[in-house]
Amino acid sequence: MASDVVNDFSIQVATVNGSGSQTANLVLIRSLFQMGIPVSGKNLFPSNIAGLPTWYTIRANWRGYIARKKDVDILVALNPETAREDVLALDAGAAVVYDAALKLDEVRADLTFYPVPFDELVKPVCPDAKLRRLVRNMIYDGVLSRLLGIDLAEMDRALEKQLGRKPKALALNRAALAAGDAYAAEHLSKADPFRVERMDATRGKILIEANAAVALGAMMAGVTVVTWYPITPSTSVVETLIDYMKRYRVDPETGKATFAIVQAEDELASIGMAIGAGWAGARSMTATSGPGMSLMAEFSGLGYFTEVPAVIIDVQRVGPSTGLPTRTSQGDMLSTAVLSHGDTKHIMLIPSSAEECYSLTMKAFDLAERFQTPVFVMTDLDLGMNTWMADEFPYPDAPLDRGKRLDRATLEKLPDWGRFMDVDGDGIPWRTVPGDGLPAYFNRGSGHNAKGQYSERAEDYTSLMDRLARKFETARRAVPPEVVDEVAGAQVAIAAYGTSHWAVEEARGQLAAEAGLATSYIRLRSYPFTQAVERFIDRHARVYVVEQNRDAQMLSLLKLDLTPGQVGKLRSVVYYTGLPIDARSISDEILAQEREARQRARP
Amino acid sequence: MTTPAPASPAAGRKINRINLEVAAYRGGRTTLCAGCGHNAISERIVDACFEMGVQPERMIKLSGIGCSSKSPAYFLGGSHGFNAVHGRMPAVATGALLANKTLLPIGVSGDGDTGAIGAGQFVHLMRRNVPIVYIVENNGCYGLTKGQLSPTADAGSALKNGVVSGLPAMDLCALAVQLGATFVARSFSGDKKQLSSVLKAALAHRGAALLDVISPCVTFNDHEGSTKSYAYVKDHADPLGEITFVPFFDDISVEYDPGSSIAVTLHDGSRVVLKKLDDKYDPRDKLAALALLHESNQRGELATGLIYVDPAKPSFVDLLNVVDTPLSFLPEAQTRPGREALADIMARLR
Repeated sequence: MASDVVNDFSIQVATVNGSGSQTANLVLIRSLFQMGIPVSGKNLFPSNIAGLPTWYTIRANWRGYIARKKDVDILVALNPETAREDVLALDAGAAVVYDAALKLDEVRADLTFYPVPFDELVKPVCPDAKLRRLVRNMIYDGVLSRLLGIDLAEMDRALEKQLGRKPKALALNRAALAAGDAYAAEHLSKADPFRVERMDATRGKILIEANAAVALGAMMAGVTVVTWYPITPSTSVVETLIDYMKRYRVDPETGKATFAIVQAEDELASIGMAIGAGWAGARSMTATSGPGMSLMAEFSGLGYFTEVPAVIIDVQRVGPSTGLPTRTSQGDMLSTAVLSHGDTKHIMLIPSSAEECYSLTMKAFDLAERFQTPVFVMTDLDLGMNTWMADEFPYPDAPLDRGKRLDRATLEKLPDWGRFMDVDGDGIPWRTVPGDGLPAYFNRGSGHNAKGQYSERAEDYTSLMDRLARKFETARRAVPPEVVDEVAGAQVAIAAYGTSHWAVEEARGQLAAEAGLATSYIRLRSYPFTQAVERFIDRHARVYVVEQNRDAQMLSLLKLDLTPGQVGKLRSVVYYTGLPIDARSISDEILAQEREARQRARP
Repeated sequence: MTTPAPASPAAGRKINRINLEVAAYRGGRTTLCAGCGHNAISERIVDACFEMGVQPERMIKLSGIGCSSKSPAYFLGGSHGFNAVHGRMPAVATGALLANKTLLPIGVSGDGDTGAIGAGQFVHLMRRNVPIVYIVENNGCYGLTKGQLSPTADAGSALKNGVVSGLPAMDLCALAVQLGATFVARSFSGDKKQLSSVLKAALAHRGAALLDVISPCVTFNDHEGSTKSYAYVKDHADPLGEITFVPFFDDISVEYDPGSSIAVTLHDGSRVVLKKLDDKYDPRDKLAALALLHESNQRGELATGLIYVDPAKPSFVDLLNVVDTPLSFLPEAQTRPGREALADIMARLR
């Protein structure tokens, strides 16, 4: 046997959609997490309710690298339709736990095979034939527990956390877990190098799907009006929010809600309602994905031009069109920055982690009201629908920023007031809302002057557009700044954002360890960018912009802000398979481009 | 919410029950064509709001795009207004009401804005029974783009340029009744008395109130051969009988004969008394309303008046079970859960 590989492997579970493997996968992740090992879980699933192949990948890594790993170390093959293909795709040395009936050991000789008679094992455990399909999966947890050395007691604890409120299901699954473990102990002899050891790297952390983190951020931001239309992968943002709000935002004395959540007839209506609510003074939001964003274009422009706050959560999936609805991408960055016809620029916040899904969603509400404009939170399917480790979310340390909402005292102090008058020179006017008893105004998506009156005068239009641009510049100083990790003397740098972060961190490790290439790193968290981006580019020779779309969308946005000299330093690394980006794809591409640059430099 | 100190009226000026003059309900000067039916409707809105004594700061005016949608700038100058995007005013109105359920919205739309581009949102506004006075200024054509057919143009009706509509007209009233609107009326911009009564009754109602008001386009659709011209509508309007509105604050007792009249008490306690021409017709009967619209259409006539009303059905906003304070004015203490809530959630995720 090769030397042990401890706390560094990926497991891929191949099943059929709808077969109930989610409990088994979450128990597996949670038990590793409970043993203190950094872990992540990603569901690579089809747009289908039941019957199509689905894969779940779990990454455990002692260094904390939890991006998707390109190669699979341990395959759990339970789907007869894909099993052979799945086995053929493995690197030599990988291990395969499989349904014995599939006879996968005939396919290759350079893998470690662990046949398990699932059907035979599940019968005595679960006499009710109808339930067997669901319980069967827990057997592979038992087998892996024995093969990898995962403490069975931790599995049991994780199972209880998962099913504690369903005693019958808990008992059945426990028995299946034990059956798998016992079978492995008796019939399988360990022949692969992968195993686990207890660590202490997850203390004080939580496990969460980041759509739930967005929901928590919205609730803690005091959202009052939520209007939405179901669309994968954003649906669970609002469904989770509904659960939280029912629990924490209902007045215990009267039983009445401090919020309204409405499922609209489509995305045109969901953003229209959010804009209507924002105009009337509520903290409002909607959540959607690519196709919904396209439908929201016109209202986004209205929100920008009439200066109405609203928060739009875009959980990006693969486009264009219906695209791959259950796969991940960063494909809406460019279109969202300028969403709508006419000159439009939107504030976007870009979380990389569950923590930031919480904190930046909260921030989005403050910025929307401060800048009186729609603010977009650009997350993605990989973040939103997968299981992430995160530090516990801190309680907000600042009160809500409701922006320039006029009150009578302020109104009396102002020399003059018009709804769209820039009295403070920052491009942000003061606003009143219906029902506040202060002067009313007529809001309109047509041309208007500083008082909000209809105007087609050239100077009124130009001055309005210039003020909106000035407001956007003010936002540049208020958005969450980039996170910079500058390595002294590094010539090469990486710029990335969102979920690419996790693969970039690992790729930097690979570049340093395998090619001796030190890289600086800037992680973008907002649009507009702050001044730090230009300074960072100036200090490096080449900056690789890593993103998960075909057309280098963020690089295009950067170009708008940079000098030709700075633009000349930008290189592009793009990844667009629908799967979460992995480190190897980044480091290979950067090294290839570096080699090419050196060759070009030679005479 | 504060009630503004009423302006003291000049001697001899007429004031309403909250001490405001009619001027407090007027808006900017119209930019629509002289003689446009929409201007008459704006005047009726001003009068109705004045007579009902509604607080201008509680009212909001909303519209989509088109000639009709410009008109909210021409009434209720002291109220907030939002001229939004084409066909999507219902969503904006709904959102505003979610933010503040105490607001009284008047939506003004046109036949294209409602029946064509906005059909989807109109359908769901009515279906939800959102509390709004939703006026369609219906002239059967697109005015702002210079006279194309709209979905309410009658089959056989001709445009000025000779184009004849070959498709059946969309009956917005029938659609609204079927969808769940709780106040459905049809009127004519030229019928001052009826329109005024219907408007006041709609203001007294809580629920989706559709007012389909035929409002001839003097520039593009007022010629012979059009079924939306002043002359045609005057000839073919078929009022359902006299409608009298008795506001809740008016303690005059109205004598009526229950054999020949029907009195309906509205949400705020106001009443509409309908003198029956046809002794069978009862506007609380949904099937009768649909039959009436269908039969009137078959005869080539235009039934006007209060066609359907259900004052008891709870509105969409009232079904939401939200706190009494408008959500838009809730303080942070009520909208941001405390530390123990977050700690509780974190404990479950550990």
